[in-house]
Amino acid sequence: MAESVRVADGSPSRGLPPDVVHGFIDEVRGAVPGDSRLQMCIQCGTCGGSCPSAADMDHTPRHLFAMVRAGSRDRVLASNTPWMCVSCHYCTVRCPQEVRIPDVMYGLKSIAAREGRSPSSAAPDFSRTFMSNVHRFGRSYEMGLVARHYLRHFPLRIPGMASTGMGMLASGRMDIRPHRIRDVKGLQAILAKAKELETLP
Amino acid sequence: MKEFLYYPGCSMSGTAKGYADSLEAIAEPLGIDLREVDDWSCCGASEYFSIGPLRGYALVARNLALAQRDANGSRILVAPCSQCYVNLAKTNKYIRTDTMLAGKVNEALSAAGLAYTPGSIEVRHLFEIVIHDVGVDAVREKVVRPLSGLKIAPYLGCLVTRPDPEKRWKAKEHPREFDRLLEALGAEVVDYPLRTDCCGGHLSQISPSMGLEMMRRLLDSAERLGADVLATICPMCQMNIDLYQADVNRRFKTDFKIPILFFTQLVGLAFGMDAKVLGIGSEVVSSKRALKKIGIEVPEPDQVEPVAAGAAADRPRPPRARKGPELPMPKMPGDKGVGL
Repeated sequence: MAESVRVADGSPSRGLPPDVVHGFIDEVRGAVPGDSRLQMCIQCGTCGGSCPSAADMDHTPRHLFAMVRAGSRDRVLASNTPWMCVSCHYCTVRCPQEVRIPDVMYGLKSIAAREGRSPSSAAPDFSRTFMSNVHRFGRSYEMGLVARHYLRHFPLRIPGMASTGMGMLASGRMDIRPHRIRDVKGLQAILAKAKELETLP
Repeated sequence: MKEFLYYPGCSMSGTAKGYADSLEAIAEPLGIDLREVDDWSCCGASEYFSIGPLRGYALVARNLALAQRDANGSRILVAPCSQCYVNLAKTNKYIRTDTMLAGKVNEALSAAGLAYTPGSIEVRHLFEIVIHDVGVDAVREKVVRPLSGLKIAPYLGCLVTRPDPEKRWKAKEHPREFDRLLEALGAEVVDYPLRTDCCGGHLSQISPSMGLEMMRRLLDSAERLGADVLATICPMCQMNIDLYQADVNRRFKTDFKIPILFFTQLVGLAFGMDAKVLGIGSEVVSSKRALKKIGIEVPEPDQVEPVAAGAAADRPRPPRARKGPELPMPKMPGDKGVGL
């Protein structure tokens, strides 16, 4: 495991910040299947300039990758940037170095989520609710997902959504009950095994 | 008839019912025979990879393994949803190119007695099948009721031409194939500069301020170009812009009433099919006014009119506020007239 390093004079304003973890870039690359090409980033900023949700990110992707390279592990994992990525892949097709940016973002999110470091945001919770429905039924369950998510995070949006929701139910676009696959047991066995393998080095 | 394996995805039996109905109606005239993969499960959307990447790949690979087991006349797996498509296609490619990932995924699959041979299935989006396999000319030949006079903005969304893991598209940002298809239906296609911009995906759920702003851009551009209808190929895009259009209007004091229809519904209309058969009328922002322009009657949604389906779109709104200047759009070399 990587170790934290402090600069000799201990001053955070000069030299390295105190959260530096050597080899963090390798840890991130390891969290992405295949070669993410993250190490090839030339800091051109095309990614941030192409990103539709960059305005809501606390660091642009370019900045975040510089921090990854610098080993600012804590600050990178606390960033909301990966959670704001909509994986539209504009950056992917424009990146001159062919860095698989959305995949790097998924990798960063998975490290942050595993360590419970997700930023204060509705995003990780939305993902977890979605996953627990899929785990139970094998299919996405929109009614259950929306109901729980809105009650928890956006209760004030519910009145505005009510008439639309009724319309969705009435026109058959939303089901009160979830769809269930036949082999839920088999699916759960696969997911359990995959989870076990995820925690192995 | 050409046979394909078919992965509908969760939204086809829910929010994208109109997509499912219209696809069922036009499949035969298009000569495509879709065989649904037995007992398929969710693709994980954009949620699984964030929390448990290997669980995400295993979840997707379960569907690839089932497709491989069901493969008979075809080894091409067709997905109508852009998110399902990209998850299936990316996982398929990563399993083929990363042997360690393939090993782990197969170890997980073996817990349910399944296995997937890397590369045995080819994943493609329904839209791409219509463009590349059926062909725009074959579609044109079947048109009996041209959509003349209907102005349509072709909105492809992000995930079909990007990241394009198997390199099926030349243009990643301004592909013209959707324009050609809608022109073949006789529609007047507006030169929509945001054709592959993002609808915000799940941001409508986790960060409404940004999600709604992304939809506002799409609607604003379509309205400025005078589009009657925004055509889509993705259930997520349709649901976002249809369901949250009233939210966008509330937030930005706008008055958008642009219906979002699936390309399969428009193809069906041009083939002379009944609007109800094509699931038209189940959209929240009604297409009634737009389709009346070309003499097509949209059925009232069962029972719910005007409480839900009509109300969101027809409620009087405050006058539109003056909006800020348009975002500058890139002009691509060789692209004629792109931009506003």
